[in-house]
Amino acid sequence: MGMTISQKILAAHAGRDYVEPGELLNCKLDVVLGNDVTAPVAISEFKRLDLDKVFDQEKIVLVPDHFAPNKDIKSAEQCKIMRDFAGQYGIKNYFEVGQMGIEHCLLPEQGLVLPGDLIIGADSHTCTYGALGAFATGVGSTDMAAGMATGEAWFKVPESIKFVYYGKLPEWVGGKDLILNTIGDIGVEGARYMSMEFTGEVIKSLSMDNRFTMANMAIEAGGKNGIIEPDNITLEYIKTRAKRPFTLFKSDEDALYFEVREYDVSALEPIIAFPHLPENTRSVSEASGINLDQVVIGSCTNGRIEDLEIAARILKGKKIHPEIRTIIFPGTQQIFLEAMRRGYIEIFIEAGAAVSTPTCGPCLGGHMGILAKGEKALATTNRNFVGRMGHPESEVYLASPAVAAASAIKGKITAPWEV
Amino acid sequence: MIFSGRVHKFGADIDTDAIIPARYLNTFDPQELAKHCMEDADPQFPDKVQTGDIIAADKNFGCGSSREHAPIAIKGAGVSCVIAKSFARIFYRNCINIGLPILECSQAVDALKDGDQVEVDLETGKITNLRTSEEYQAMPFPEFMQQIIDKGGLINYVKDK
Ligand code: SF4
Repeated sequence: MGMTISQKILAAHAGRDYVEPGELLNCKLDVVLGNDVTAPVAISEFKRLDLDKVFDQEKIVLVPDHFAPNKDIKSAEQCKIMRDFAGQYGIKNYFEVGQMGIEHCLLPEQGLVLPGDLIIGADSHTCTYGALGAFATGVGSTDMAAGMATGEAWFKVPESIKFVYYGKLPEWVGGKDLILNTIGDIGVEGARYMSMEFTGEVIKSLSMDNRFTMANMAIEAGGKNGIIEPDNITLEYIKTRAKRPFTLFKSDEDALYFEVREYDVSALEPIIAFPHLPENTRSVSEASGINLDQVVIGSCTNGRIEDLEIAARILKGKKIHPEIRTIIFPGTQQIFLEAMRRGYIEIFIEAGAAVSTPTCGPCLGGHMGILAKGEKALATTNRNFVGRMGHPESEVYLASPAVAAASAIKGKITAPWEV
Repeated sequence: MIFSGRVHKFGADIDTDAIIPARYLNTFDPQELAKHCMEDADPQFPDKVQTGDIIAADKNFGCGSSREHAPIAIKGAGVSCVIAKSFARIFYRNCINIGLPILECSQAVDALKDGDQVEVDLETGKITNLRTSEEYQAMPFPEFMQQIIDKGGLINYVKDK
């Protein structure tokens, strides 16, 4: 019996030729990641082990992005725990404010995650790196602590669902719409404990930025990981970034899938997820006209250069609706710089948007754009749970950067072709 | 291990933002987190909950972020055990790793009512509703996970290796 790409990566890291779904394995890790919310908990657990070193100083990545630049004294203390630990244990990949970005934009950009890797991160959107053909999954702080100590973690080999996308992607429709549509179809626990493998002709010609967006939201369907087979687009992306060897895995023809789901995307419209679950999806035509208070463009889902490019295309020479607060936060310093060089930042500011240094900020209701009671936001982020962006009685609609930019101009949910 | 406590019932897809909102994540002190446990799902919960109480929830409990603060807050609030129809993956893993007892049992969740007194035998997975004397059987843990639980969590397990 053949294996899926996810099975193969797990097998390779467990020193096995073949593994079956359901098996429990102990695997060697290539990268262990934490942020300013999860790493301090992991560090306190790690210290209980009384070790004077971590398993590998190069393979641990620490990024203060959630409440950094420090939003208050408590956050400052959390970031300090991480900074001190990085110094004490000689962690090579600690990214200070000024170099840091949102972790899931930063790690691929810096070439720290590569095809064939097995990666755990104490952050649920670690699944983003599956876009590179890696097996990447979110864990909690205790797993991170054990991973930093031993370089290993336990895994249950997941079953896989294959998602095949075919047809011609319409204008203004991208990775965000594909994944929201998929989550709307299977529900927030439709892929619980499972691997989501994205394939088909549409994926084969999809850019890396759009692929990251899709893999990023696998967790929103309960998935253990999202994964895309590496191809020339992947290799082109890592060409200048990879500083160590990597392996390209592909699913076997006769690999066994729990289920195969097919989507003809030719007539797909931009998709909006209504409050308070990512599965509450409707097409933009069914959503237009809903009044908004805030628009947020950014996050580990849609804070990359192509996302800003689309927003800039729509906002160029236009003014944001006077009653809308629009906040744009590029994913990393490099993305910020590139956006500046291309003139996007000027377009955003002239349109009346606030542009922020990279941070998770409003995405998790942290800082830099919290909602008041009863307010509505449209965001390019990934979660719209109750209270996610502020007051428990505020509301978040999820959409693509194209819809976000168009909606910012009109002050209400708007299709990109209407501006 | 046998627990006995009062049931607090919750619906489906209770996410970690509802269990402990991100605005409180700048600390990981269990007592601090406990003050806000479940507050976006039931604002009265932190006041109502008593040591030993049990949470019974519908499907996909703990979905969303990987924050271990969620099971830490529940444990900090004194909850002895969570019974759900199903758990989200990372939350499930975190509970095993930090030693918060959890059980999957749809039957029990359907039958239990808010305020019921329940007895849970963790070893056998037997759940007894003391109001009706009905019994339900939860799925036992795979052996490997039971070993982690027996050691009192993943860190102790790693320490002993
Ligand atoms: S941008 Fe949002 S979803 Fe992404 S890592 Fe930050 S808080 Fe999490």
